[in-house]
Amino acid sequence: MNNDLKKTPFYDKHIKYGGKIIEFGDWLLPVQFKGIIEEHNFVRTSCGLFDVSHMGEFLVEGPDALKFVDNLITNDAVKLAVNQILYTPMCRENGTTVDDLLVYKYSNEKFFLVVNAANIAKDFAWCNEVKNKMKANISLKNLSDSYAQLAIQGPKAEAILQKLTKTDLKNIKFYWFVEGEVDGVHCIISRTGYTGEDGFEIYFDPAKGHHLLDKIIETGAADIMPIGLGARDTLRFEAKLMLYGHELDDETTPIEATIAWTVKLNKPSFLGKEVLLGQKEKGTKKILTGLEMIDKGIPRAHYEVFHEGNKIGYVTTGTQAPTLKKSLALAYLPPELSKIDNVVEVKIREKFLKAKVVILPFYKREKK
Amino acid sequence: MSNYPEDLRYTEQHEWVRVEGKSAYVGITDFAQHELGDIVYVELPGVNQAIEVSEKICVVESVKTVSDVYSPVSGKIVSINVDLEDNPEVVNEDAFGEGWMVEIEMTNPEEIQALMTAAEYKNFVEEAAS
Repeated sequence: MNNDLKKTPFYDKHIKYGGKIIEFGDWLLPVQFKGIIEEHNFVRTSCGLFDVSHMGEFLVEGPDALKFVDNLITNDAVKLAVNQILYTPMCRENGTTVDDLLVYKYSNEKFFLVVNAANIAKDFAWCNEVKNKMKANISLKNLSDSYAQLAIQGPKAEAILQKLTKTDLKNIKFYWFVEGEVDGVHCIISRTGYTGEDGFEIYFDPAKGHHLLDKIIETGAADIMPIGLGARDTLRFEAKLMLYGHELDDETTPIEATIAWTVKLNKPSFLGKEVLLGQKEKGTKKILTGLEMIDKGIPRAHYEVFHEGNKIGYVTTGTQAPTLKKSLALAYLPPELSKIDNVVEVKIREKFLKAKVVILPFYKREKK
Repeated sequence: MSNYPEDLRYTEQHEWVRVEGKSAYVGITDFAQHELGDIVYVELPGVNQAIEVSEKICVVESVKTVSDVYSPVSGKIVSINVDLEDNPEVVNEDAFGEGWMVEIEMTNPEEIQALMTAAEYKNFVEEAAS
C-alpha cells in the first residue's frame, strides 16, 4: 500500500472491528465491516457509527466574517441564526461548484466550515482567493488536522448519544448545533448527517477523544454497529444527498443538480449569482434525474444514457438500493427527457437496457 | 474463513471447476465472494454458446463493484444457473454449491490439468494476502 496515504485517528479501531480497508482519495478508510447491505439496513432501523474524520474543517473569524461567507456561498448566511447550520454549495462566477459544505454559525464574526476531504486543498485556496479579492478583514484557518469527527446516525442515535452527554439532545433541532461534552470530551454536537436518517455529528480533538469510538459502540451495544464507506454511499444515494465528484463537480452547477433550494437568488450578490439566476430563469441543458431500471441490470457511475439511439446523458451514481431493493441511478439528462415515467436506455456492457424516470428522492424517512 | 474443497480445480482469477464426466461446472470461490461482499446481480451467458478458455462468461456485481468471470476451460455452455437471476446472494451463501454459474461441455478436458489443485490455490490466496 502507498505509504503517503493518511489514516484517521480511528484507523486502529477499524482494524479492531474487522473493517475492510480501502484507499479512498488520500485516505485509508473502511469500506465495510459486516457487509454493506446489513450495515445499510441497520442504520435505517437502528443506529450506525461512522468515522468521518477525513472531512475538512475551516474556521473563519473577524469583522468581515459574515460578509465573506455570504459572498462565498449560494445559500443565505445572513438569515442563519447563531448555532444554526446551513448546507450549501460554493460556486465560481460561472456557476460551477467548487464544493458543497456545511456552514456553522457562532456569531457574525465566527463561522465554522465543513468541507469534503478530497477538496480540502482546493477549497482552502479558493477561500483565500475570495478573501483577497474582497479584501475581507478575516482570518481563515484550515483546522482539518485538529478535528476528529464521528457520525451517529439512525432512529436510535439520539437515545444512544444521550447516555453519554448532559446536553439535552432533544433541544437540538435538525441542522442546529451546540458545544457540549460527550463522555467528558469537549465536542461540537450537531444534528446533521449524510444518511437520510435522524442523527448527530460530533467534532472534537482527536488527542482527547480517541476513546469515544469504543465508548459509543459499548454504549449502543446491540443497537449500534460501525459502518463503512460502502453503506455511507448507498444511504446517501437513496436519500439523494450529493456526493462531490459524482452529482456535483467543477463543471456542474447547483441548479443542474436540482438543489436550487440552496441557491438564494434574492440575496443582493454572491459568487455565481448571475449565471445561476440565468439558469433558473431559462433552464439548463442537463438536470439531475432519478432512474429505475425496468430491464435487469445495475447502472453505475459514468454509464451512458440513450434515447432513441442518441446519447443523452450519463449516470452519476447507481447501485442496487438496499432499502428499496431496486436497481436505481442518479443521472444527468436533458430536462425535456427527464419527465416522470419517461423511458430511456442505460448502456450496460454493450446492452441498451430500459429504465424509467422516477421521483426523487428515492427514499424519504417517515417523520415522527 | 475461506475453505478449499479438495475435489475442485481453481484459477488465478478465483474461479472453481467441478468436473463431472464431460461437464465442467464453474463458479467463483468462497474467497472471491468474500472479497466482493454482498452480491446483488449475476449476468449469465446464453446457452449453446461456444467459449474459449479465459473468455469472459459471467459478470458478478456486488453493491460497489463489477467483476468478470472467465472460463477455466474451452467448450460449449450447456446450462446456466437461472436461480441466480433472482437470488444472486446464493453465491455469498454457498459459492461452491448452489452458487454455481455455468455448466460447460468441455472440448479439451486436458485443460483441467493446467488448473490449480486445492492445496495450490490455498497457497496462492495466502501468498497474495501476505
